[in-house]
Amino acid sequence: MRNFLKIAIGLAALTGAALQAGASTAGDLELTITAPAGAGGGWDSAARSLQEVMMATGEARSVQVVNVPGAGGTVGLAQFVGSAQGSSDQLLVAGITLVGASISNASPVDLTQVTPIARLTGDPLVIVVPKDSPIKSIEELLAAVKKDVATTIWVGGSAGGADHILAALVTKAAGADPSKINYVAYSGGGEALAAMLGGQATAGVSGYGEWEGQIKSGDLRALAISYPEPIDGIEAKPLKVQGLDIELVNWRGIFAGPNVEGKDLEALKAAVDNTVKSQQWKDLIKARGWSDYYAPADEFKGFIASETDRVRTILTSIGLAK
Amino acid sequence: MDAINFLIHGFALAIQPSNLIFAAIGVFIGTAVGVLPGIGPALTVALLLPVTFKLDPGGSLIMFAGIYYGGMYGGSTTAILLNTPGESAAVVTALEGNKMARAGRGGPALATAAIGSFVAALIATVGLAFVAPFLVKVAVKFAPWDYFGLMLIAFVTVSATFGSSPLRGLTSLAFGLWLGLMGLDQLTGQARLTFGVPQLLDGVEVTTLAVGLFAIGEALYVAGRHLFKPEKPIPVKGSIWMTKEDWSRSWKPWLRGTAVGFPIGALPAGGAEIPTFLSYTMERKLSRKPEEFGSGAIEGVAGPEAANNASAAGTLVPLLTLGLPTSATAAVMLAGFQQYNIQPGPLLFAQHADLVWGLVASLFIANVMLLVLNLPLVGLWVRLLAIPLPWLYGGILVFAAMGTIAANPSVVELLLLVGFGVVGFLMRRYDYPVAPAVVGLILGPLADNALRRSLQMSLGDPTVFLKHPSSAIMIAIAAIALVLPFLFKGLAKFRQDED
Repeated sequence: MRNFLKIAIGLAALTGAALQAGASTAGDLELTITAPAGAGGGWDSAARSLQEVMMATGEARSVQVVNVPGAGGTVGLAQFVGSAQGSSDQLLVAGITLVGASISNASPVDLTQVTPIARLTGDPLVIVVPKDSPIKSIEELLAAVKKDVATTIWVGGSAGGADHILAALVTKAAGADPSKINYVAYSGGGEALAAMLGGQATAGVSGYGEWEGQIKSGDLRALAISYPEPIDGIEAKPLKVQGLDIELVNWRGIFAGPNVEGKDLEALKAAVDNTVKSQQWKDLIKARGWSDYYAPADEFKGFIASETDRVRTILTSIGLAK
Repeated sequence: MDAINFLIHGFALAIQPSNLIFAAIGVFIGTAVGVLPGIGPALTVALLLPVTFKLDPGGSLIMFAGIYYGGMYGGSTTAILLNTPGESAAVVTALEGNKMARAGRGGPALATAAIGSFVAALIATVGLAFVAPFLVKVAVKFAPWDYFGLMLIAFVTVSATFGSSPLRGLTSLAFGLWLGLMGLDQLTGQARLTFGVPQLLDGVEVTTLAVGLFAIGEALYVAGRHLFKPEKPIPVKGSIWMTKEDWSRSWKPWLRGTAVGFPIGALPAGGAEIPTFLSYTMERKLSRKPEEFGSGAIEGVAGPEAANNASAAGTLVPLLTLGLPTSATAAVMLAGFQQYNIQPGPLLFAQHADLVWGLVASLFIANVMLLVLNLPLVGLWVRLLAIPLPWLYGGILVFAAMGTIAANPSVVELLLLVGFGVVGFLMRRYDYPVAPAVVGLILGPLADNALRRSLQMSLGDPTVFLKHPSSAIMIAIAAIALVLPFLFKGLAKFRQDED
């Protein structure tokens, strides 16, 4: 058994050593970033990417990432609201899923209670049909929804998540009752992909990146993306360009604790802004296939408020929130 | 054939000294974390992701694959020796493996597990290399109704893990099913049985239950008995190697386990646990000495261990061909691919042929390394049992708690672990089997989701299960498996009368 302990310690030391090696010039900040999700997911990789670039650019002396998984991020958010009150060295990564989860779980905390620092990335969602589907365009999909909303089977990620919200918005735009939507939720884009390829669904929604391979190989037909503007390298047109006033971006942003003000807040803002403007960050998000969706703190604050209202309205219309 | 040329090229890549070293580090770390209860390969790969960011993609992916395979090997060791499975796929191994170890036959149990894993992984890796593109086409056709059929088969076969009393087995299974209902319902997003505790919204982790019931429960039970009658460490009886009889009883289960494990592992929602249950039941039914099941039958270790490792290779089929991660480790490996701007998917074999075939070749090499690492260790492992019990189980308690906290640093999780430990102790004390509870927690949510997804897609028409030939066949198999034992019993009685 003692050997295992050595290995465990060795493993931890190895991780630590590699992280230490990243810091070249030391800034003053010693930060802790909470990723309210398990290791390996989107928020975790956003947090670890920030960690890497902040230390490489010297914006922070040390950055530690803490994973607090649970309940779509609301467990991590609740813990963060409690522990990061007025704190000058704690940050939280979150995104649209957390907005939805706070509402549908009736969580006592939500993102309006923490201090927005910056919006970082935003990934487009894509609406697809199987390659053999008679549906060739978004208008034809809308017509199918209008004709019979119940037999139009949607697949996508978890109930109440961004995929579900987009499907509901499209159903509503087609003139059908979004509370009647037949949305089959899977644990994520991966499992839903199998249902799409197996031809069990009419249409599917997922992050573009998750299904990019199948779209490029022709196994799935992309009808539209939910990003407001066309994106280089993505053939599918935005819903907005195709005449539907729908915009939904799977954004991720970074927050400080409640009541962080004055000098502390300015220091955190400056560190994040400098990081995001660095070449390293631009290279990194390109490598990860993320889209830049940067917005500074003030703009981000207004965005959080409007996004919370909008998501609440949609979730209420599909019966997931009161 | 193209594939063979590619594979030769892949071997050339994989036997580069640096890649060999990555494979060796991977299998070593993988074995170590597989042995520790609660710390699985997924967590390890996730922890190592930032470290490998600076390395070349080929090398680090090879290392991750080594960790994955290694974890599957390591998980069985503690299951056999200490009745504390390192991860959920090794739960079934504990059933017969630990009985063998208690009878002083820990050596052969470990050896059949290691060699069976080797054989299975080898065959399955060949399968990965040659039938992956074909297999994945079948796998994505597997609809919710088919999953439901598969779950029915799995439920019927669970009874094999019940031990002596069906009533006690069913009680334990019901406990697992109840736990499986906890948390946010995946299809509607509604909270079930969470009692207002936000940490329960994600449901109960299978590893927390398995580690609690098995590791903590076992430690408490041993401690409880130790007070009255100190238990002596178990002496190793006979050879620590497999006898001729062990070999002849093991090779068929290895092959059958592989045949079950690889295709189910390749299913998008197949996993490693279900094939181990199926294999266990199959071996119990086919064994020439079914009476030994429950008291240490080597087939019950050989089959599930082979199924476990074959399914690990199976999991790589949808990962490499669709970019579809079907296990926690595969999900983290996908993140590893993406970190190098490589998107696994239908184009991966075409765009990054080097990498894929290098990875496949490394899996062969990792496999050989694992056997080389594990067989000589068998002698060392069995001596683990010579450690005085208070020390040994004290260590297990520490590692079990540490592993759980490492995966999810939450007080609620730790309380659940301790709670399950107490339940595990009581179940042992009153002679209830613990394995069905874990099985219930794994199968319950899968069956629940498959049933409701099917009905949602059929607009509520229950005949959907019979309309599709594939699901109808599986439901028929489940029905036959349920009825057949009774028929056989009748038949055996009839034959006896004839004699």
